[in-house]
Amino acid sequence: MSKVPVAIVGSGNIGTDLLEKLRRSERLDARWMVGVDPESAGLARARRYGLETSAEGVDWLLAQRERPAIVFEATSAAVHEKNAPRYQESGIRAIDLTPAAVGPYVIPPVNLRAHLDAPNVNLVTCGGQATVPMVYAVTRVVPVDYAEIVASIASRSAGPGTRANIDEFTQTTARAIEKVGGAGRGKAIIILNPAEPPLLMRDTILCELPEGVDRDAVTSSILEMEETVQAYVPGYRLLREPQYDDEKVAIFVEVRGAGDFLPPYAGNLDIMTAAAVRVGEALAAATTEGAMR
Amino acid sequence: MRRFSAGLDVRLTEVSLRDGSHHIRHQFTAEQVAAVARALDEAGVPVIEVSHGDGLGGSSLTYGRSRTGERELIATAVANVKRAKIASLILPGVGTSDDIRAAADLGVGLIRVATHCTEADIGAEHFHVARSLGLDTAGFLMMAHSQPPEVLARQARIMADAGCRCVYVTDSAGALILEQVGDRVAALVAELGSDAMVGFHGHENLALGVANTIAAIRAGALQVDASTRRFGAGAGNTPTEALVAVCHKLGIRTGVDPLRMFDVAEEVVLPLLTDGEPLLSRLALVMGYAGVYSSFLKHAYRAGERYGVSGAAILMRCGERKLVGGQEDQILDIASELADGGGGR
Repeated sequence: MSKVPVAIVGSGNIGTDLLEKLRRSERLDARWMVGVDPESAGLARARRYGLETSAEGVDWLLAQRERPAIVFEATSAAVHEKNAPRYQESGIRAIDLTPAAVGPYVIPPVNLRAHLDAPNVNLVTCGGQATVPMVYAVTRVVPVDYAEIVASIASRSAGPGTRANIDEFTQTTARAIEKVGGAGRGKAIIILNPAEPPLLMRDTILCELPEGVDRDAVTSSILEMEETVQAYVPGYRLLREPQYDDEKVAIFVEVRGAGDFLPPYAGNLDIMTAAAVRVGEALAAATTEGAMR
Repeated sequence: MRRFSAGLDVRLTEVSLRDGSHHIRHQFTAEQVAAVARALDEAGVPVIEVSHGDGLGGSSLTYGRSRTGERELIATAVANVKRAKIASLILPGVGTSDDIRAAADLGVGLIRVATHCTEADIGAEHFHVARSLGLDTAGFLMMAHSQPPEVLARQARIMADAGCRCVYVTDSAGALILEQVGDRVAALVAELGSDAMVGFHGHENLALGVANTIAAIRAGALQVDASTRRFGAGAGNTPTEALVAVCHKLGIRTGVDPLRMFDVAEEVVLPLLTDGEPLLSRLALVMGYAGVYSSFLKHAYRAGERYGVSGAAILMRCGERKLVGGQEDQILDIASELADGGGGR
């Protein structure tokens, strides 16, 4: 099977972790990595792996004779908003790992195939990738008027972009709980914890339930979703059985990263880059089948 | 000696209508807020904080839903004071800048941005927004017992550079003891100089609220928090009525009349505490002793009842997990883990 050529824009933690995962992909061929800092450790690593690299940003990438079919944007929301129209003009599909949300939200276990023809798709946030599948696991069984998530991540795994724009995290995640997860209203809370050694990413998902709900049906949908996510994020697991009370179900999840670039505590990073590869491979498969414009 | 202003040696922020929200599980009514705000204003309290206990946007399944919308409570407080400034708290990651804008529209004059004491940079955006709206600002370095003075000073610098006008050593767990308060306040004063003031927010979990606050003032704190009848999370906050009396006897000007404050405590706030005052209970002591965020108390108590496990054991486990403010969601997980005998799946 011939591989689809792809580029990574952004050479920080996310871009570098993504690079490690793309090296294992049978569908995607990471050929270019673009950053803005010539001294970037991510670019140096990419060069060692044989990628073409540049610190001259997207201008350089778009000036290449051969161009990627897909670009993974791992910069910031502001940068992606500038880059997105340029990718589209050049016929390059964009998978956006920033909170820019230029394109529709994609959470692989919920709507992987819904936007295969979109020029640009957005991966929400790490908290969204970890929790929206569980919200959906409940809403596909019973209507949920309100869902709320709390994402706790290790301080060391939160980069400067996340820290400077924490409102974007809560707002984007809340919207995805509604639009993709299917809850009537969503709320998201993020907590950074500096404990040493760093704590694994943990997420609590709370869904309000109507009266007389079939708890066994909800629980089996949740357990099934755990397996679905584990297919591409092996370190994703329920910490215990879903806990019910009169008004809601509480779901407790832990995300252990694969340790590709940052250590396993950075499950938040891992679930984003794993989702990105998953979406990229789906797009590539669609290309091979001639479905891509 | 540095003072807050020509007329005040320190400025008091009264937190019963915010920290007290935890104690009554966020069940304030507009009538209660009106009565307390009016009485505090008449006693000369210069700043009154009003919001959900976990700050703007805190009403949630995790922290507890507000009986009355916080915007209604804020508007009520604003309408019932003549001199006092109304403040609101925000925890970045829980509330957003949109909540700050809404609070400003309602007449809030001071925004206090609270982060865990190693994560000051997540509040930079919120300080910018508050200052751009012309609001006074303060910053909370929460769980200040968990870091040494030099770490807190570096984090205080981040807040000051972002537009924070007073950085608080925030003893969320009520775990600091006298010199530990003084050393932390002094480190912040040395770091910030004239760039920003230093404040102190205490809890009573080891019965040191007033003493710790005096230690903070002696080390250079110019803003301090207190709550009438200790109305706050855990064993409550530094009692306002006692603090203003002690300050008066020490010649520290707070602008609050002690005798009028005794009346407010007895006649306005006590009748509101129908389910009891904050107590130096076993669970509250465990929090001060083990360094646990004070608002975990009611959650641990309820989770303990639900799962038939000891609330104290839950709080000790919170301490072992090094949970920070906002991680109330994990209390249920811990309780069910303890009920399973530590297992899980």
